Amino acid sequence: MGHDTKFTNQEFKLVGTRPARPDGVDKVTGRARYGADISAPGQLVGLVLRSPYAHAKIKKIDISKAEKLKGVKAVITDADLPDNTKGNRDLLDILENCMARGRALYDGHAVAAVAAIDDQTARKALKLIKVSYEKLPHVTDVDEALKDGAPIIQDFVVDPRTKKNSNLCKLTTLGHGDIDAGFAEADYIVEQSFKTEQTHQGYIEPHACLATLGPDGAGELWVTTQGPFAFRSTCAELLGLDISKLKVTSSEIGGGFGGKTHVWVEPLALALSRKANRPVKMVMSRDEVFRASGPTSSTSIDVKMGVKKDGTITAAHAVLRYHNGAFPGFWGMLGAMTSFACYDIKNIKPVGYDVLVNRPKVAAYRAPSAPMAAFAIESTVDMLAHKIGMKPIDLRIKNAAKEGSRASYGPTYGPIGIGPTLDAAKNHPHMRAKLKKNQGRGMACGFWFNFGGQTCVDLNIGTDGSVNLIVGTVDVGGSRASLSLIAAEELGIAYEQVKTNIGDTASLGHNDMTDGSRGTFSSGMATIFAARNAIEVLKERASKMMDVPLEAIVWENGTAKAIGKGHSNMAPLSLKEIAAAAPKTGGPIAGHKEVVADNAGVSFASHICDVEVDPETGSTRVIRYTVIQDAGKAIHPDYVEGQFQGGAAQGIGWALNEESIYDKNGILQNPGFLDYRIPVCSDLPFIDTQILEIPNPNHPYGVRGVGETSIVPPLAAIGNAVSNAVGVRMSHIPMSPMRILKALDDA
Amino acid sequence: MAGVHISTTINGDMVEFACPQDETLLNSLRDRVGLTGVKEGCGTGDCGACSVTLDGRLVCSCLVLSAEVNGRNITTVEGMSEEGKLHPLQEKFIEHAALQCGICTPGFLVAAKVLLEDNPKPSEEEIRYALAGNLCRCTGYDKIVRAVQAAGKEMRKKRR
Ligand code: FES
Ligand code: FES
Repeated sequence: MGHDTKFTNQEFKLVGTRPARPDGVDKVTGRARYGADISAPGQLVGLVLRSPYAHAKIKKIDISKAEKLKGVKAVITDADLPDNTKGNRDLLDILENCMARGRALYDGHAVAAVAAIDDQTARKALKLIKVSYEKLPHVTDVDEALKDGAPIIQDFVVDPRTKKNSNLCKLTTLGHGDIDAGFAEADYIVEQSFKTEQTHQGYIEPHACLATLGPDGAGELWVTTQGPFAFRSTCAELLGLDISKLKVTSSEIGGGFGGKTHVWVEPLALALSRKANRPVKMVMSRDEVFRASGPTSSTSIDVKMGVKKDGTITAAHAVLRYHNGAFPGFWGMLGAMTSFACYDIKNIKPVGYDVLVNRPKVAAYRAPSAPMAAFAIESTVDMLAHKIGMKPIDLRIKNAAKEGSRASYGPTYGPIGIGPTLDAAKNHPHMRAKLKKNQGRGMACGFWFNFGGQTCVDLNIGTDGSVNLIVGTVDVGGSRASLSLIAAEELGIAYEQVKTNIGDTASLGHNDMTDGSRGTFSSGMATIFAARNAIEVLKERASKMMDVPLEAIVWENGTAKAIGKGHSNMAPLSLKEIAAAAPKTGGPIAGHKEVVADNAGVSFASHICDVEVDPETGSTRVIRYTVIQDAGKAIHPDYVEGQFQGGAAQGIGWALNEESIYDKNGILQNPGFLDYRIPVCSDLPFIDTQILEIPNPNHPYGVRGVGETSIVPPLAAIGNAVSNAVGVRMSHIPMSPMRILKALDDA
Repeated sequence: MAGVHISTTINGDMVEFACPQDETLLNSLRDRVGLTGVKEGCGTGDCGACSVTLDGRLVCSCLVLSAEVNGRNITTVEGMSEEGKLHPLQEKFIEHAALQCGICTPGFLVAAKVLLEDNPKPSEEEIRYALAGNLCRCTGYDKIVRAVQAAGKEMRKKRR
């Protein structure tokens, strides 16, 4: 059945309310089952041996002693993972990232894995594996990696300009206009370089899975993931299995933020299970999570922007260098695409560099690559404002992108929220609150694309009139509540009558991952149409039951009503009554929908932040924080606010504390929560939120994604606040006490 | 390695199990007693996801050896609701949307219960410092603090 996704401005009874989430009781009682929470009869414990070197040739791996240890059921190396990728280099990179193939490319790179009857035996076995390494020169710094003579990490990578072997794996030049002409028009030009350090998503639940794979090539994988369907196809392809023979079930997920869109130990668990012919459970330690699973890029960014005295920004140029880890990605490209997206500037030229270094393969982290670019650009915008004596917010308002503006990454915007969020920021009481000594205020804007993609849902109505909605997008932060609200809204029944479940890969068609802020957007869209399709069936059944032509039946408030001549005094039939009669009127009543939910609405936010900096110690406290973001339409406002607050908190950690520190040997120095310090409760104030609703014209309810944009502005908002507090421009993230003191000394 | 035999009270029930001498209480609770509501986020005492009480005191179960708990009294998140009714903290966590992914929730609930039993009317600052040993990566703590405040209020009302 066709569908029209246009925004219709319908009136809501339930959407926009804040009912209790359906998985709430499970999660407060400890019943909810996460990745590490299930077991299978005869299960083995799987563990991974990891490289202690940043870059080394693996000359030999001797597993014979480990294999002989009593209780060891399987030992695998790259030899057990033959290349099934048929020339697909990206897939081969994933395979090699899961298990080294002749060379270790970063500290923590997996080299071998064992499965044994218990943890102690598996640990002993790891010690018995003998690996002979030949150390190679390494490079972990993004700028160093681009220099002539830097150690080369992948010999298939060539500099697109010189065609010579290099660590530059992708160069992306974007923009429009003529920046030279634009700079010539400017009254003032600001140039500034910035650096940001590698951070980690820091989900509290480590990667975990339980894998079963038999000699018949059929298997099951229980795993903490943002995308069971993507995990299924990746694992099947890497192991040479038929996709339909692998059933992947997503557990409850203990945080992902992008980091659980990639496979790490899952293919190894399946390979071990295949070799041992027993179920294998693997749970990464926190140390492994930090050393080997997805970090962000560190960056080095140069910005040049020109402005007229009246505040018109005439030209903007940025060179954005992003490290990719040891395998090619497109993180610098994303940085370049998002860089100037908040503004309507005639002449722009962002250039993204993607650079290989000896660090783990970079993974997505909430609005991946945008926060670092925003830090550089939004800091420079503040500098421009100071130059011409204009308030930073007024300069932003004057240059903000609007409907019809050409985005820095190409397309022309429809209705967007940057202007309204800036106006709301300007009028917010936070902007006028008095500051005390050593305090500073900063603000910044942020942008994220949002993504739609493939989705399908099933909606089944039981004979008691209760509704089971099955979706294929993993619930990372309360989306089941939002989707139940949507189903109930469309059907005209109570929220409590709907139960939303996450389906496994054997129960639904393909669903893209919960990434790109698409969960509620895309499954919500499919749910609307599945419910409307179910209503068509309900009406048909009602027409039979009432003996009234189908054309005379309308659906109102959860009932089928007969209209027109001769029907006006017929009692309407409720969904419950129609459902109860289903066995006799044609069998189960259901609605289904498959969509490619294109046109996810772009999303913008403006953040305001106050900090207090201790000039003696350089330590910084965020004392007030306000998030203003366009949600399109907030289905369940609690969980929209939650996304705003959570993203802001992660950004605060990134701005002030979080940093993966590699020593001169390329070894990660802080693979634990003690030294990689994420914000704790006492570090933060309440985080104020304001939800704006500028409808997405391409979604029936106007929904835009909300999950990611909130992490984009904080680095810059806090950078601007600290710079204002100490009177010195901060250009290196995180602004740890040491860096602040050094900046004060240097000034 | 020689094993140890442990008999202890968990959530009011007598429980016995055997485990290796160097096994943590966290692993025994999860893998031998089946209380997987106790979560592991780090295994090094830094995240609080494994919080339980030991003779009424809040501990990280990943830092306690099972060999130490013989004859002692343990409570976990699984023991919080009584007679089929949720504890006010559990209710308020749901009502205030104080969880997103929920992996940190068991630890927060156990820690907050200890706080409110010690200090029925904590200030915002006292709540923030009492919960500083529990990491949450999803919420920014805002709704958690509000849920604890609301639960405190509810419990004070009940006591009157
Ligand atoms: S698992 Fe015990 S404190 Fe993190
Ligand atoms: S709700 Fe996810 S870590 Fe707290």
